[in-house]
Order: sequence, then C-alpha cells, then structure tokens
Amino acid sequence: MLTNYFLSIAIWTPIFFGVSILFLSRKVSIKWINYFALLGGLVSFIVTLPIYQNFDFDKTGFQLQEFYHWIIPYRINYHLGIDGFSVPLILLTSFMTVVIIIFSWHSIKKNVAGYYSTFLILSGLMIGVFSSLDAILYYVFWEAMLIPMFLIIGIWGGPNRIYATIKFFLYTVLGSLLMLVAFIFLYLESNSFSIIDYYHLPISLDIQLFIFFAFFMAFAVKIPMWPLHTWLPDAHVEAPTGGSVILAAIMLKLGGYSFIRFAMPIAPDAAILLRPMMISLSLIAIVYIAIITLIQKDMKKLIAYSSISHMGFVTLGLFLMTPIGVEGGYIQMISHGFISAALFLCVGILYEQTHSREIDHYGGVINKMPLFTAFAVFFALANSGLPGTSGFVGEFMVIMGAMQENFWVAFIAALTLVLGAAYSLWMIKRVFYGEVINQSVSQLKEIGVRQFFILLSLAMLVLVVGVYPKIISDITNVSVEHFVQFINLTKIPTS
Amino acid sequence: MINLFQQLFLILPEIILATMAMVILILDLFLKDKRRYFIYVLSQLTLLVIGILIVMNRPTTAQFAFSHMFVSDSLAFYLKLMSCISLSVVFLYSRSYLISKNLLTGEYFSLSLFALLGMLLMISSNNLLLMYMGLELLSLSLYTLVALNRDDPNATEAAMKYFVLGALASGLLLYGMSMLYGLSGSLDIMTIASTISQNTLDPSILTFGLVFVVVGIAFKLGAVPFQMWVPDIYQGATTPITMMISSVPKFAAVAMLIRFLFQGLDSLAPDWEQMLLIMAILSMAIGNITAIAQTNIKRMLAYSTISHVGFILLGCVSGSVSGVSSVLFYVTCYVLMTLAAFGIIVALSTDNKNIELIEDLKGLSKRQPWVAALMMITILSLAGIPPTVGFYAKFSVLQAVVSGGMVWPAVVAVLMTMIGMFYYLRIIKLMYFDEPKITSSFVVAPGFLWALTINTGGILVLGIMPQTLMNVAALSATMSL
Repeated sequence: MLTNYFLSIAIWTPIFFGVSILFLSRKVSIKWINYFALLGGLVSFIVTLPIYQNFDFDKTGFQLQEFYHWIIPYRINYHLGIDGFSVPLILLTSFMTVVIIIFSWHSIKKNVAGYYSTFLILSGLMIGVFSSLDAILYYVFWEAMLIPMFLIIGIWGGPNRIYATIKFFLYTVLGSLLMLVAFIFLYLESNSFSIIDYYHLPISLDIQLFIFFAFFMAFAVKIPMWPLHTWLPDAHVEAPTGGSVILAAIMLKLGGYSFIRFAMPIAPDAAILLRPMMISLSLIAIVYIAIITLIQKDMKKLIAYSSISHMGFVTLGLFLMTPIGVEGGYIQMISHGFISAALFLCVGILYEQTHSREIDHYGGVINKMPLFTAFAVFFALANSGLPGTSGFVGEFMVIMGAMQENFWVAFIAALTLVLGAAYSLWMIKRVFYGEVINQSVSQLKEIGVRQFFILLSLAMLVLVVGVYPKIISDITNVSVEHFVQFINLTKIPTS
Repeated sequence: MINLFQQLFLILPEIILATMAMVILILDLFLKDKRRYFIYVLSQLTLLVIGILIVMNRPTTAQFAFSHMFVSDSLAFYLKLMSCISLSVVFLYSRSYLISKNLLTGEYFSLSLFALLGMLLMISSNNLLLMYMGLELLSLSLYTLVALNRDDPNATEAAMKYFVLGALASGLLLYGMSMLYGLSGSLDIMTIASTISQNTLDPSILTFGLVFVVVGIAFKLGAVPFQMWVPDIYQGATTPITMMISSVPKFAAVAMLIRFLFQGLDSLAPDWEQMLLIMAILSMAIGNITAIAQTNIKRMLAYSTISHVGFILLGCVSGSVSGVSSVLFYVTCYVLMTLAAFGIIVALSTDNKNIELIEDLKGLSKRQPWVAALMMITILSLAGIPPTVGFYAKFSVLQAVVSGGMVWPAVVAVLMTMIGMFYYLRIIKLMYFDEPKITSSFVVAPGFLWALTINTGGILVLGIMPQTLMNVAALSATMSL
C-alpha cells in the first residue's frame, strides 16, 4: 500500500494554524490576526481538496489509509482512512470553517485570536473524527472536540451561556463515556481497536443490544434525536453565530455519520431488531418537533428546533436500511449543513445590527435590506423543502424509501413538508414582510460584499445539490450499496 | 542468599536518606536564616543521589535482604523512583511559598525526608512489622508537617484530627496484622501467603484479620467510608503540605495495597475484591457528588482525590496483573495531575492573599492567561478528557475492569466520572467565562512558571504518547506478581 498523508495533513493543518494564532496574538494587531486566520482557513480548505481528487468513487472499502502503531500495549493505532461517507463531510467541515472565519471578521470583539483558534482546532478535530479507523483515535478526537465547543459557547456566547455550555458538555459526555465502555468491551472480544476488525466480529444478539444502546446514547445525543434533544436549543441560542453554524452544519452530522460508521455495521442485528423504535423516534422528531418549532418566538430557537426535525429525516433514512433511504438520509445531512448554516448566518447578520433575535422585534426588514431578504427567503424555502433546492432531494428520497416500507410512515414523514413550510414561511412573513415596525428595524443596513459572497456561495451550493444531487451521490453510491448489503447480513455467530 | 555487603547495598538509598535527614536536622541549628537556601539544595541533592542509586540498582528479579524482611523488585523500583521524583517536585513548588510564610526550616525538609524514608520502607517491605514501622514513620512525620505552622489554629486542628484518626487506622491495621500473625505464625508476607493457600486456617479469624487490614489500608488511602479526615486535613494544612500529603504517600499506599492483598492475601481475593468494589463505587459516588457542593478549592480537590482513590481501588478489584499495572499507571498520572493542580494554587498564592476559595480563580484567563491555560489542561486531565493523560489513566482501569468481566462497575464508574466533570468544568467556567474579581497585576516567578509548564506539558505529552509509561508500569506489575 502506497503511503500518503492527505488525511493527516487535512487534520493537523488547521490545528497547527489554530495553535499558532494563539502564540501570534500577543505580537500583532487584530487586523493581521484576521488575515492570518483567513489564511489558515483557506489553506486548511485547500489541503482537503486532494482527498476528493484522490478518492476513487468506484471502490468499496477504505481508501487513503494511513497506519502507524500508537499505543502498542493496547493495540491502539493511528489509523486513518475514508470511504464515500466521509469525503463530503470532510469537505463540508473545512469549507464551513472558512465561511465562519470570513463571517466573524468584524463581529467578534472579545479575544479575537482565541475565537479563530478554537474554530480552527475544532475543524481539525472534526476532520479527525470523520477519518479515524481506530476506535480510540476516534474517541480522542470526539471528546477533544468538546473542549473548543465548550469554550466557544462559554466565552463568546449570550447571557445564559454558562448553563447552555455545561448542559451541552455533560449531555454529550454521558453518551460518549458509555461508548467508551462499549469500545473496551469490543476490544476484549476482538483484541483490537480497529473498526474494520469490529465489522467482521461475530457478536451474539444480547451483546449487540448492549453495544447498540451504548452507541445510541452517544450518537442520539449528538444528532440529537428526540427525547435527548433538549441541550440543542439552549446551545444554539446561546452560542455565537459561528458556534451555531458549526454546531448545526457539522457537529450534528457527527452523530449521523457515527451511526453509519459504528452502531449499524457493528451491531446490525440489534439495529434491525430496534428498527421500529428508531423509526418511531425519528417520526416523533419529525412531526412533534416541527409542531414545537411553529410556536417559537426566538429565531435561533426556531432554526434549532427545525434542525432537530430535519435530522429526524436523517435517522429515518438510515434506519429504513434501503439504498434509497440511506442515500436520502445522507444527502439530507449535507443539505442541512448548508441550509441551517445559512439560516444561522442570516439570523447572525440581523442580530449584529439590532441585538435581538425575537421575531416580534422585527417586521418589514425587506424595506431596508432587499438583497438580504432575497437570500433569507431563498434559504427558508430551501429549509421547507422546495423542489430544486437541496432540501427537497434528501426529504423526497427518504419519503420514497419510507413508502416502500409502509404507507403510514411515509405519510407521517411527509407531513413535515407542510409543517416545515408553515414555520419557515410564517417566520419569513413576520420578520421580513410588512411595514417597518420599529426604530431598530428602520436603522438596518444592507449586507456588505463580504456577507453577500458568503450567502451567495451557500445559495449556489444549495441549488447545485438540489438540481444535480449526483454530485454527492456519485461519491457515496458505492459505499451506500456496500453499507446496505452489509447491515442486512446477520452477525450472530452460528453455533 | 546474598552476603551482608550486598544486602546493605540494597538498602543504600534508605541509609543515605536516613543519614541526610538527620544531618539536615542538625545542620539547621548552625545555619543563619539567610543560608537556609543551602538546606533546600542539600535536600534536592539527596533526592537526586537516591534517585540515581535506585535507577542504578534496578532489579531484574526480586532480591531479598535481612532474612526476607526487605524486598527489592521491579514494583519497588518503580514506586520508589516515582516517590523521589514527586517529592523533589513538591520541594520545588513549595520553596517560594514557604519562604514567604517563614516556614522554610530544617524541620520541614528533614520531616519530609523522614516521611520519604517511611514510604521507601513500606514500598520495599516483605514483612508486616517493617510495613508497620514504615507506615508509622510516614504518618508521624506527616502529622508533624501538618502542624508545622503552629501559629495557625486551622493547621493545629487539622493535625490533631489527622493524628487521632490516623492512630485509629494504625490501630486497626495492627489488629488485623496480629490476627494474621496469630494464625499463620509468621510476619513474612510470602510465608503468610503460602500458609493461607494451604487452606488449613480458621476462616472466620482469617476473614476478621483481612477486614481489619483492608479497613486500615482504606483509612490511609482515604476511601469511603473512611474518608472523613481527608477534606479537613486538606483544608487545614498549609497548601504545600497539602500538596505533599495528597501526592507522594499515594505511591506508598498503593504499594501497601499490592503487597498485602496481591502478594499476601491473594488466595482470599474473592473476599477482598467485594470489599474493594463496594468501597470503590462509594468513593467515586460520594467523592464526586460531594465535591460539587464545595466552595473551598482545597476541599474540592480533597473530594476529587477521594473519587480518584475510588478509581484506584476499582483497578485492584479486577485482581489481575493488568489491573495492577493499570493501578500503577493511574496513581502515577494522578500524582502528576495533583502536583500540577496544587502547584498552580501555590503559584497563585501571594504573600498576603492565599487562594482558598474556588471563586478566587474567577477571571484568571484575563489576569494570567498562561497559568489559566495550564490549569485548564490539568483540570481536563483530572476530569479524564482526552487528549490528556487522565483519560488513559481512566481508560486503562476501565479496560482492566471490563476484562475482569465486570461491565456494570465500569458503567457506574463512567456515570460518576460524568458527575465529576460538572465541578471540574465549573473551575474552567470561573477562569474563562467570568470576569475577574481582583485585578492585581501579580506575576508568577518565571522559574516557577517554567516548572509548571513542564509539569502540565507532561500531562499533555503523556496524553498523546502514553505508551512508555504504560509499558514501564505493566512491566513492573508483571515482574513482581
């Protein structure tokens, strides 16, 4: 096997830049820190492109593997590798980091260097999660990721940030510690921490159920699935805009990705057994949370709840366990990454000027910011699943998959198209249309060039994926087929 | 059998240590206050020499001396070396603080060295009497050290409590030992082990003896339900003394645990494993939950210690070699983290303002960004979050426990760890998210800051590459069991 370093470079470049900014911050002015952070973000983005280039779409199994012994007594290795499920998410991560850095140029006033630094380090750690093939390596990235996010919400967040960030941290940690126990258990069964070894390990059903439960606790919190979702609205509302973007665009996807990577292939029989439960939880998230979304008064909270509802589609798609369902769930993850990020950026733009997120405090924004309103309406429509946008593709595929399964599942899932449109458009109507209702709205200024290009690039991506979803499904196709075949094989040992 | 000269060579470190402790005590009488620095240098040199001797004497197989009273094996090598290094770090961190409080006296150093002597003897003892003597030498030195600041009523009170409860524990331990001696007719741990394994002894008396021994050890370790003394002593003693009590003696306590339970009473493992399991889970639960309610930082660290002791006991519960090696690894990591945490508290205590309350750390990241970063790494490590060494410490214990077939204790341990994270996070919250209460521009001495940086760097580096230390710990455990 030819050795390559694409993945390592993609992981460690942003971390390197993140740490150097911290040391640089004492010497140079904020302007140069801004430039340096942008440089770091761009370089980190560019180094992820070779991953896409060198990835062979037609091969199953893990590619671009790197393997070094790390902690020999426990057979822990520095083992990286990717398949079709990792590539789009890695690119999304590094792209979003650039977006956040550009967006935050003037909006962060306090400890600017620290802010960029945490985001860059976080980006590297998340790419690490997406490319680890060793359970402990994965776990180290997964847990280490919490520290920057904890600091982002806690330092740069809103008034109730401390409650939110501690809740976020403890919720996530509880799940992941159980996952650690499951890893240790698997290690004792297979004498290895390699994920590939886990895939081929025969496990009896009751142990599979235990393992699946431990993974479920870790990943369902992250996604988040109902009823483990309560940390998310708090975290989103209190986080700074950049924090919300990274949380919605990437961190939630870690949960979905990890279901694909760990829970389902390692414990497939348990997954099949618990399918009705998982599908029900997903449907509850889709419908019940969508109804809750309708009554939100805070824009960020509204988008947060809508994220939970949309992530319900991801889990629904995955647990349909058919190619079209998995593919749809996956495209939904990517699409939600763009759309929710864009919506949080929109709220951030308004918040920067008026310091309010209450829907009631707005009205008639279109009179002052027509261009911005165009973008906001576009993203809101995409959020409600307008055909032609990426939001439609994933939901449509999942609903189609559900129809093969059961009419009523598809029917309930499809309700969200109505509810999604209702909450998105109702918010748009109240915030953007009508007469200018107060002083602060009348003082709003149109978005600048920087913000325009950020929103434009996201809108383009939403359109491209919406019109031509093959751009993603080409990458994932082979992996999806392989995955679906694999999880439908039993792993219970025959004795 | 090795000859007398070789036997003396085996305990050369202890001989030098005893001599130097006495020399320092006498020398102190003839030194003027300005020259006190010399004693510090001399103590550090003594530790250096002992450390070198221990490394040079590294045993390949177990060697016995003085009719099997004294054993020198790889376990002893590992724990002795770690004790010397950590005591040296304690001296390093304590110096400036003790100078400012006018406590840098010959007594401090000679008592500390005597305590170390006691620990080294405990670590190397293969005999109940020697074990007890070492323990008493250690304990008496520590009682006195706590009372060193005799004008401080808190310290005196703490010393009194420590003495009374410590004496009680010693009494219990001695009682258990006497039962074992009465049954087996020998003080030699190996002989006791072989007598017990013949299965001819009266089981009820044996169990009583075992219970008393375990209780005595639990008292010394500070495991629940024998933890009452820990918070009071931690709070009452002067911070550098607390740093010493919380760090170095843990090696000796672990040695006692291994020598007694794994080498001596191994055939009673099913009995003591249950006791240790209950104590471990209680320690983790009560330590972590009670720590949440604390406002005094030393008290909080005391409860944190109790929870860590719970983890150490949990490692022993698995009863396997991998359990022992995880315990050795854990205790080393624990001491490394504790030294860093107390070191930072000492560094932040100025002449007129001690860090007493957790609140005093408020806004530290704005006043002292570097120190705050070091503290954050230490705290994350205590909480067991990767990529710090605290994670691998917990990981290796959990691995040993699960491999012993005990999944539920591991799950409980994990839940308790999560509860513990709350109060650790609160410290980070105070340092990073809150505004400073005091805005004094006080500077930590650069030398001290470097030492702390190296210590915390060790936490990170070991967190990224824990393999070497793990291997050494595993080797020590494998070769001596």
